[in-house]
Amino acid sequence: MADAVSSCILKVEDLKVEFPLGGGVFGNRRIVHAVNGVDLELRSGECLGLVGESGCGKSTVALSIMGLQSPTGGRIILDGQDIAAPGIDRRERARVAQIVFQDPYSSLNPRQTVRKTLEAPLRLHGIKARSEIDDRIAEVLARVGLRPEQGRRYPHEFSGGQRQRVGIARALILKPKIIVLDEPVSALDVSIRAQIINLLLEMKDSLGLAYVMISHDLGVVEHMSDRVAVMYLGRIVETADWETIFTRPRHPYTRALIAAIPDPFGTGIGAKIPGEVPNPIDPPAGCSFHPRCPHAIDICRQPPTPDLEEIDGGHFVRCRRARDFV
Amino acid sequence: MSDETLLSIENLYIELRLDGASYSAVKDVSFSIRRGETFGLVGESGCGKSVTALAIIGLLKPPLGLGGGRILFDGEDLATVSSARMRSLRGDRIAMVFQEPMTALNPLSPVGRQIAEMFVLHKGATWHEAERLAVKALGSVRVPAPERRARDYPHQLSGGMRQRVMIAIALACDPDLLLADEPTTALDVTVQAEILELIRDLSSERGTAVMMISHDLGLIANMCSRVGVMYAGRLVEQQDASSIFRRPQHPYTKGLIASLPLLGARAKYGRRALQEISGVVPSVVDFPRGCRFNPRCSLSTNICVEGDPEASPLDNGGFVRCHHHG
Repeated sequence: MADAVSSCILKVEDLKVEFPLGGGVFGNRRIVHAVNGVDLELRSGECLGLVGESGCGKSTVALSIMGLQSPTGGRIILDGQDIAAPGIDRRERARVAQIVFQDPYSSLNPRQTVRKTLEAPLRLHGIKARSEIDDRIAEVLARVGLRPEQGRRYPHEFSGGQRQRVGIARALILKPKIIVLDEPVSALDVSIRAQIINLLLEMKDSLGLAYVMISHDLGVVEHMSDRVAVMYLGRIVETADWETIFTRPRHPYTRALIAAIPDPFGTGIGAKIPGEVPNPIDPPAGCSFHPRCPHAIDICRQPPTPDLEEIDGGHFVRCRRARDFV
Repeated sequence: MSDETLLSIENLYIELRLDGASYSAVKDVSFSIRRGETFGLVGESGCGKSVTALAIIGLLKPPLGLGGGRILFDGEDLATVSSARMRSLRGDRIAMVFQEPMTALNPLSPVGRQIAEMFVLHKGATWHEAERLAVKALGSVRVPAPERRARDYPHQLSGGMRQRVMIAIALACDPDLLLADEPTTALDVTVQAEILELIRDLSSERGTAVMMISHDLGLIANMCSRVGVMYAGRLVEQQDASSIFRRPQHPYTKGLIASLPLLGARAKYGRRALQEISGVVPSVVDFPRGCRFNPRCSLSTNICVEGDPEASPLDNGGFVRCHHHG
């Protein structure tokens, strides 16, 4: 970990994504802060788990990294290059970062054979020789556990697990360094998930890939991640290595998320938090978690929003009372 | 919970009739639920757990139909009762909560009115009286400001609130049996924990028996006293919830548990490769011959392909359906 800083291949700095809402008949134009100042670092060969409930902004962060959502503020530096810099070729970004989507049914073109889906990016990136294309496709299909002749098939001819393998092959074909995994197994049958999780972990080691993995399944996140960032209402509220997050979480929200997972060996469901994620149009003042927080005191309700503070080496928490919870 | 049996399913068959052919979507399923007990049914998509629930509440629609067996509810065989009798039982003594509360609620009617309907239909209340009872019912499922919320339409409520409304409708007439089909799958984990607690509290207060359906083995083991595991239309194992994780008996259950990245496992034992279950979940039109799990089972031998295994009783009152048991 000595060269951890130097091997940073993705840096997200103060990322902001805002969506305007409504034309405002009465002139009350409102703004949703979907992502509100997110900083992230991804080191090469590392899996960063991004967790949080629906609406917390985790998918918007992923889309921004992929250049599929323009930020309204902040920077994304991919392998040393600002992706928004003028004159930057989108193809260059595509060679560094790729994405695997949640739903392998809707993220593949149903009218293209798998081969065609895999061939298009190669041609776009200047690989035109038939023999080289054949080799690359055979190689990537073998890599994800599919047979070469399966390249002639259409997506509907595959099962869900195989289709996700095709989605992974599509992400791998340009040999990227980073793959964004957006809920990679949650659309799959439970008995199929292990196959895909094992494949992703094995590829990470053998190909030296770095992952940004979004998931609401904390079991999967704990199993796969090296570091974890927990998001709530557009902000990171806690980040640390996986072991710290899962054994010594400090933010009350992280604790509640972990406690909410039904424990098959236990009898109770654990400590719960009341209520639901507030509407991001109207985030609460002060700490945005305070209305649901069992430990909230007056200071938590006062603006400004607490900072993300380092309370231990590499362990950052956005909570005024973080030091009270040991 | 009393020892009195409330629901007894005996040799239930459900058939899917397509283009003149008939397939057994559910084959020879038997189990019983005691008064006030919470019984869990787990399995992957297409295993027959939801259609079993629909058969109990009399909502099977072509191409699905009953193929045989008895559904004894409080001594009455629901497989043979008239549709008028079924209509009077449904909602009054047997109720159901569905996975997706947005599609299960009427978008054009205020939620209070949808709850009130239950009292008008089943208890002969006047609308005025029923609306008052509806507000009370909303309060009992812990909806804040129930008087105001009763006038809201479903789209004005969050997912968790809608599911509370569904539960209020289901429990309005104090049914003896509540069928909960993946009631929290569409919800965030912290909201899921609250809804599960609500179902648990209300059912124990009122002595309602619950049949909980889920693909999440952890959730079922945590909520229920006994668990049935379904695979490809068969009940392959039934056990006490406290035993199912510790001493699973069927190769499918064992495989499923070993394939799950359980929260806390990595911190305790380090990262182990997840055990994969080979192959795919078969679809109802090509369920395999013999033991339906045999193509994916590591123990499979000739006998598994040739014959359907009988249920072997377990010491704790459960059973397992496997040729290689013992």
